[in-house]
Amino acid sequence: MAEAIALALGLVARGDADLFEIVLLSLRVSLTATAVACVLGLTLGAFLAVARFPGRGAALVALNALMGLPPVVVGLLVYLHLSRSGPLGFLGLLYTPTAMIVAQTVLITPIVAALSRQVIEDLHREYADQFRSLGLTRWQSMGALLWDGRFSLLTVAMAGFGRAVAEVGAVMIVGGNIDHLTRVMTTAIALETSKGDLPLALALGLVLMVIALGVNAGVQALRLPGERVAHA
Amino acid sequence: MTETGAIVGAENLSLDIGGVRRLDDVSLRFEGGGVSVVMGPNGAGKTLLLRCLHGLQAPTSGRVTLDGATLTDRDRLRQAMVFQAPVLLRRSVAANVDFALKARGIHDADWRNACLARVGLLERAGDSARRLSGGQQQRLALARALATRPQVLFLDEPTASLDPASALTIETAITEIAGEGVRVILVTHDVAQARRLASDVAFFARGRLVERCDATRFFDAPHSGEAAAYLAGRYVL
Ligand SMILES: Nc1ncnc2c1ncn2[C@@H]1O[C@H](COP(=O)(O)OP(=O)(O)OP(=O)(O)O)[C@@H](O)[C@H]1O
Ligand SMILES: [Mg+2]
Repeated sequence: MAEAIALALGLVARGDADLFEIVLLSLRVSLTATAVACVLGLTLGAFLAVARFPGRGAALVALNALMGLPPVVVGLLVYLHLSRSGPLGFLGLLYTPTAMIVAQTVLITPIVAALSRQVIEDLHREYADQFRSLGLTRWQSMGALLWDGRFSLLTVAMAGFGRAVAEVGAVMIVGGNIDHLTRVMTTAIALETSKGDLPLALALGLVLMVIALGVNAGVQALRLPGERVAHA
Repeated sequence: MTETGAIVGAENLSLDIGGVRRLDDVSLRFEGGGVSVVMGPNGAGKTLLLRCLHGLQAPTSGRVTLDGATLTDRDRLRQAMVFQAPVLLRRSVAANVDFALKARGIHDADWRNACLARVGLLERAGDSARRLSGGQQQRLALARALATRPQVLFLDEPTASLDPASALTIETAITEIAGEGVRVILVTHDVAQARRLASDVAFFARGRLVERCDATRFFDAPHSGEAAAYLAGRYVL
């Protein structure tokens, strides 16, 4: 363990080019997937929170179930669509970072949608009568709820990012863990472990945890003063 | 101003909630000038009546009218309501009023400030609405309602947690608004306040309209035993 930590610190201190490439790709893929998933998931979550339609209950159950989608299954589904014989094969996206972004977006959009639906619905219960009294349209209500719930929703986005950056199955299948192209932290860890290079795998694991911690701390640092100013 | 203002009505209005009749065959009209006051003991159905008249709650039977026609969703834009427990957005005092204006496509900082000044909250415009005191929150809810320039204003115990001076500020505002031709329908338990403001009274008990008459007659010589007992402070459910 001490050896692993020393190795990890060594890699970081040396400014190891391969390590930084892997870290940057991990962040780029997972942050992009989180951003796309937030646009889709928050819209869907807000809509489900506000709208009443037949089959809504079933939709919520399905959405909640999708939160538990295994990453390998998502990877497989995206693979089937992107492979040369698949419906989107002509795009030539398989084994590219874009394919990994797509897979992680599919993986975490249900998480963002389901969690934000709960947050927004709780807020809506409080605001609904006032909004109807003011004559707000459904879209105006959704916008106001997303804005007033933004600090809780930031936590929802973090949950999505955490899931994306930590998963290995989906990016492995659609990315292929190609060195200098689609190798991210989790697939690198899996590879080093299977090669028996446990210290390097542990070192990468430590870096991954520090990054996850750093991103969360950064969001928290944004959030605290923001909340004070924003009358939450 | 000779305008008589919008006419708010209920025709054979009944409301069941969970199989229990909460409003029972209520027929009445709010017309003429001045402030209409709705009174009655706790649980009489005053809040439910306002919710029905504002279109927030669909009656089980009967209908609600505005100027003689059945109330529609669009009509709600001509009305405003201050709820018994104010619901404020997690934003600044000014932003809460701006929000109501923006819902109608209006940006008018001067008018917003005038509304805040009317309830004595202009100095607090930049503060967090959620951190106002209970009474200040109620005053902000009134300012927000006024900002939308409603033709009908429902007030559900708007001075319940106000200190005497603030209550007086609000009463003055209510009188002015009614004088401007706005139909004001006020629920209050404050008999002295009702005497000061009311031009006519609707008295409810157990979901039924028990008495409907001029304010002077109601306070001086109520017909029903229930109203007399309520006014004397010895109404027993
Ligand atoms: N959503 C609801 N579900 C079930 N019962 C309700 C609901 N809303 C109101 N009631 C019941 O209907 C009755 C009338 O309620 P309402 O709020 O209109 O009373 P009120 O006259 O406004 O009383 P108060 O003076 O205490 O404000 C009460 O017995 C209340 O418990
Ligand atoms: Mg009430």
